[in-house]
Amino acid sequence: MRQPQPKPDVLDRRAAIVAGLRAILPADAVIAEPLELKPYETDGLSAYRQPPLAVVLPRSTAEVAAVLRLLSREGVRMVPRGAGTSLSGGALPMADAVVVGLARMNRILEIDETDRFAVVEAGVTNLAITEAVKARGFFYAPDPSSQLACMIGGNVAMNSGGAHCLRYGVTANNVLGLRGVTVEGEVVTLGGKYPDAEPTDWLGLVIGSEGQLLVVTEVTVRILPLAEGARAMLAGFRANEIAGACVDAIIASGIIPVALEFMDRPAIHACEAFAHAGYPLDAEAMLIIEVEGSAAEQDALLARIRAIAERFDPISMRVSQTAEESAAIWKGRKGAFGAIGRISPDYLCMDGTIPTSRLAEVLGRIRQMSAEYGLEVANIFHAGDGNLHPLIMFDANDPQSQGRAEAFGADILRLCVEVGGCLTGEHGVGIEKRDLMGEQFAPEELALQRRIKGAFDPAWLLNPAKVFPLVEA
Amino acid sequence: MIAPEHEADIAAAIVTAAATGGHWRLAGGGTQSGIEGGAGALSLAAHRGIVFYAPKELVIRARAGTPLAEIEAALAAEGQHLIAEPPDRRALLGTSGEPTLGGAVATNLSGPRRIHGGAMRDHVLGLRFVTGAGMVFRAGGRVLKNVTGLDLCKLLTGSRGRLGAITEVTLKVLPGPERVGTVAVAGLDAAAAVRAMAAGLRSPFAVSAACHIAPGADHKRGLTALRIEDFAASVAYRCERLRALLAEHGTAAIFADHDSRAFWRQVRDGVPLAGLGPAVWRVALRPSSAAAAAARIEAAGGQWMMDGGGAVLLVAGPAAVAATRAEGETWVTLRGEAIAVSERKEMARVRAVLDPGGVFVAA
Repeated sequence: MRQPQPKPDVLDRRAAIVAGLRAILPADAVIAEPLELKPYETDGLSAYRQPPLAVVLPRSTAEVAAVLRLLSREGVRMVPRGAGTSLSGGALPMADAVVVGLARMNRILEIDETDRFAVVEAGVTNLAITEAVKARGFFYAPDPSSQLACMIGGNVAMNSGGAHCLRYGVTANNVLGLRGVTVEGEVVTLGGKYPDAEPTDWLGLVIGSEGQLLVVTEVTVRILPLAEGARAMLAGFRANEIAGACVDAIIASGIIPVALEFMDRPAIHACEAFAHAGYPLDAEAMLIIEVEGSAAEQDALLARIRAIAERFDPISMRVSQTAEESAAIWKGRKGAFGAIGRISPDYLCMDGTIPTSRLAEVLGRIRQMSAEYGLEVANIFHAGDGNLHPLIMFDANDPQSQGRAEAFGADILRLCVEVGGCLTGEHGVGIEKRDLMGEQFAPEELALQRRIKGAFDPAWLLNPAKVFPLVEA
Repeated sequence: MIAPEHEADIAAAIVTAAATGGHWRLAGGGTQSGIEGGAGALSLAAHRGIVFYAPKELVIRARAGTPLAEIEAALAAEGQHLIAEPPDRRALLGTSGEPTLGGAVATNLSGPRRIHGGAMRDHVLGLRFVTGAGMVFRAGGRVLKNVTGLDLCKLLTGSRGRLGAITEVTLKVLPGPERVGTVAVAGLDAAAAVRAMAAGLRSPFAVSAACHIAPGADHKRGLTALRIEDFAASVAYRCERLRALLAEHGTAAIFADHDSRAFWRQVRDGVPLAGLGPAVWRVALRPSSAAAAAARIEAAGGQWMMDGGGAVLLVAGPAAVAATRAEGETWVTLRGEAIAVSERKEMARVRAVLDPGGVFVAA
């Protein structure tokens, strides 16, 4: 992956820049020793590594503002970082950049049950929000697979989704307000503590902007009441096409399950070996379907769904009878990445979205490509909303294998765009898909987006070299 | 006024204005501005028609001038609906014309389902728009999950014709409910109504709307209502549970499906405040401050109704009512003199990108 040349003057002034940071932050908040920079050299896309110039770990919005003022004045690039779980390399440093790590900003500032929101700092983990409000009967809806580790600031940067967003929406639909710092070090507030607090949707523009418009330090999320209960069922089918048709039929019946997940045969086998959830090993495709409500409502909905699934000649169907059984079903799905990690030394997780009507065709062509590239692939799919996660297995110790895996991944994403979809449904463009943006956008469309970024960051110091293909200087 | 039928002619009109230092006031069906055309208007109302509708994929695409009624009819034929429940403001504002998709998106409309399902901005998957330089751009796409590049859809949605002329919209839609049920309590004052609505909205029963109509506006004793939308058995069960839950706030009645649909249509459209103007506002605020705001509004001679469990106040009355507005309230004028708001410095920069010649002027 090509990166812009580090700014030689910044590298030359490294000592002075670090000293400047030490002057405005507590001693333990500035990291500049090569060995201590190591943990920050990569993120969830570990194929790429680059130690930064330095790392700062501010504890407050005021400290973030002071850092950004200094770095802006010095013309130093900045890379915001939450937990570093990005699968697209969104937090990959540059040699001449300072990583602004938000992990120490991990306080929950306010929970309001009447107005149903929570104000949390950017370094609070996704799951910690739900944990903090659960006892009061609430939850925070978006639930990326990495929710135990990933931080809300990163979720905002990437507009993260999860398995339940068909029903509850993605991050952008669940955030009411933000506090952040502009590249010049000005503290700004977007939105508020109620919906539509600003007529212009700055909030919507900043969410998903991959840390390129603002460094977000506080997030006001809406919290939703927990349902009376939830239950999952499994259904195994003889072919991907048949499982896809079953998904269509469920939605056509007027049912929007809270989750509707699709796994193909390799994914079923890998996850079952890991979670022992009782997945049907003889099926070509499997659906996990979850419904909510009282016990009677769950029974009624699951009965409707079973009746629909019966029309598609399922190999097996199993309705979870206990909370433990539902948890095991989800353990397999949420642990899918780890499960693939057990059977392959390395894998690439792709993240395209396709119109759901093209599912069978796309999976067929991915299988064909898998044979051509000589690499195994397992497919996991948020079936209701068309968000596809092919996991391409390879061996990073074999450079040829890695190159083939990346080429295979790029072909899958081109295919997603070709059938009317997009390059990324929830992981973000980051560095990984940067050079594929031209597949989805015309040059003038990319130029327009670049100029909107420039409206916030005229000198291109905030997380540059991500999202947009590099422009020749 | 001009009303081109084709996007290319819309773009050409903008190019001409940009080249000659001219201006356009973008217009839709005129049901919100009260000006369906007039001098200097570039109407998008003739650029109409559904482009495609894929019910199984929960997606519809239509040109900006398509009447909302046409879209709602096409969706209803497949048992689906617009999630944001955009209001028809003709009765409230005393306007005529035809509400359009483009107008609903450009003003980011939402109805009683705002708190449960979101506003138009939450469901716009893709847009085509013409910049102030006359260039046609696409933003977003047609799939339900898409984080590829900057989300210009959200920037344009709600931009009220100041950043671009939206010519085509792709929306996420959902199945409509089999049944609608309403649990209603009469005679609560504003503070008690907010408490009752909050109790319902924090319950596990997926309340999709909560309103309170003040005694002065239409209902003699005031009416606080919560809505459930789902399959018939669920609606019956949850309405009973809600009624029990609200017992400490008052004796609740349950409206059946037909009455519920009619009632919430009136709430959506702000009908209880129709004719009580001269001026009309939509105020967004925290539910916990809604009762105090309502009292101030009343003292200034205004009338109001609450939606969104108190997160929205619809206000009608003399222009002076707007002077009572306080910190932590977002007032948008629906009829009457616009309230001046200070804009972020980024707005000028974004406008320099999207409308460098200042072609688009406020409606």
